Amino acid sequence: MLGEGILKGMAETAKNFFGSYVSKERMTTVEYPEERIPTIEAARVFPFLVYDGADWEAGLRCVACQICEKECPPKCIYIDKSKDKKPDYVGKQQFYPTRFDIDVSVCMSCQICVEVCPFEAIKMDNEFELATDDRFGGLLYDRKQLARSNEYYHSIHPTEASQVDARLGEEKAKVEAKAKAAAEAAAAKTAASAPPAPPTGGGS
Amino acid sequence: MATSRLFTNLDQIFILLRNWLVDFLPAALRPAAGIVLGVITIVCLFPGLFALTTVFERKGLGRIQNRLGPNRVGPFGFFQPVADGIKSLTKEDIVPFSANAVVHFLAPLSLVVAVFMEFAVLPMGRNMVLVDLNAGLLFFFSMSASTELSVFMAGWSSRNKYSLLGAMRAVAQMISYEVVLLLSSVSVVMIAGSLSLPKIVDAQNSYTGIFPHWYIFTPWGLAGFVMYAIAATAETNRSPFDLPEGESELVAGYHTEYSGFKFALFFLGEYLAMFAISGLGTTLFLGGWSAPFSFLTFIPSWIWFFSKVMLSIFVFIWMRGTLPRLRQDQLMNFAWKFVLPFTLLNLFVTALWRFMGDGWMRWVVCTVILAAAYVLMGRLSMRNEHFGPRRYRYAE
Repeated sequence: MLGEGILKGMAETAKNFFGSYVSKERMTTVEYPEERIPTIEAARVFPFLVYDGADWEAGLRCVACQICEKECPPKCIYIDKSKDKKPDYVGKQQFYPTRFDIDVSVCMSCQICVEVCPFEAIKMDNEFELATDDRFGGLLYDRKQLARSNEYYHSIHPTEASQVDARLGEEKAKVEAKAKAAAEAAAAKTAASAPPAPPTGGGS
Repeated sequence: MATSRLFTNLDQIFILLRNWLVDFLPAALRPAAGIVLGVITIVCLFPGLFALTTVFERKGLGRIQNRLGPNRVGPFGFFQPVADGIKSLTKEDIVPFSANAVVHFLAPLSLVVAVFMEFAVLPMGRNMVLVDLNAGLLFFFSMSASTELSVFMAGWSSRNKYSLLGAMRAVAQMISYEVVLLLSSVSVVMIAGSLSLPKIVDAQNSYTGIFPHWYIFTPWGLAGFVMYAIAATAETNRSPFDLPEGESELVAGYHTEYSGFKFALFFLGEYLAMFAISGLGTTLFLGGWSAPFSFLTFIPSWIWFFSKVMLSIFVFIWMRGTLPRLRQDQLMNFAWKFVLPFTLLNLFVTALWRFMGDGWMRWVVCTVILAAAYVLMGRLSMRNEHFGPRRYRYAE
């Protein structure tokens, strides 16, 4: 009959109207500044630099290879390479960045820097409240502002961080094994080329 | 005895207050001062009600859509209208370069003034009517018809195609539904025998047992009320008849080129028209300021009037939250092919009711005629309609 659909529709909206006062599931609104839902693991907003250990400056994984600077599509990364070297996590002597700045206002969150980094040194953060009232200095993050501990990385992207840690550990173990083998070989060599052995010695 | 006196005083509190204030003046000035006080009350009261309604509407619509609605400004967001007011006052008032500045300026003013005039004849409580015109209904309709002029002034003077289209739609729609609005009220006039709104309320203010003699509780009254409600919704440009300002196709219709306080005036005018037309509907069909049950008559009459008006406003909001907008041809077809014939039939039924005398016979006859007509006309008008998923001829 004419008008039936209107009545049905009115009943539906009335159900919504009264239901929204009694049932919590109906209301999907999250009142953001007061309430917030945890970000999902895959969330990414802006890159940060990972460091190991307690001291951010000593533990930075970045070796200033500048691959990310070159690959960055909007060219928002600025790196100055150091003159001297310092040991990295496996003990190899590496350069380190004396300056590592990222411009938040230019970054487009493409994650290419993360993908090209061979040292697992730059990762994506899920911190999204980046607004500032200083639009020049406040939007250019230096390496101190960008540095985050490995623990923090674990807390925001646990799966990915464990994989990265496993890979690094493997690499480190490999390097250590290699070093150990090299050391043993060297030891053997020194032993072999050692001054005249005792006559009864049967070589080892 | 004392309590009944108290209730009478409470019922007449505004009249007593006015008389008390006016008595400070010399006798020659008293009638004029009384009118001025009434005008001031109306001019302050209804914009206040408008502010409240905007926030209730937004919250209600939110709830209908399972949202929260505004809740930031003040407790539960009730100071939102204050923020809106400040915003619209501080906004730049832009007049388009090629607009007719005088007409552009006059349009919102004449709209609001005309709408305020409508309240002059509405009885808002026992003895609470500013001017008891013996042709009050006619005055009301003449004022509400003049808002069409303001709408067209706004659309025409803006020199904007959206404004003009909106204004043309508005005028076409308002004139079509004005006919229905008038004819559906005529049946009330036929029964009450008067064009004076207080007299129409008095005619409904009696009880059988505990039930009132409101016109909505008669077959012709119910049909008339439904037609009146449809026409009133169209007349005030409310959803689902909000084509004149259809945001999706016309930006904002006739007030596209208005900003700042002039826009706020249009907004105010729209809501005031809603209050006025709800007030008239209340007066004509819902017994005006009379109580819904005889044992509730001790509650002041003005409380009843304003509760009924706010209830109608709630229904307006409810419909806005439910119904999608009509198409222009659907709107016109609905007005001229369904609502108008039905209203004309209702006039005939009202006459029948008047001349069949008391008894159950007229109830049966009138109900049967109206129900049969409703079903038949519904069938006929939906005969060629295809409901369900849309079929495309070429796009598939």
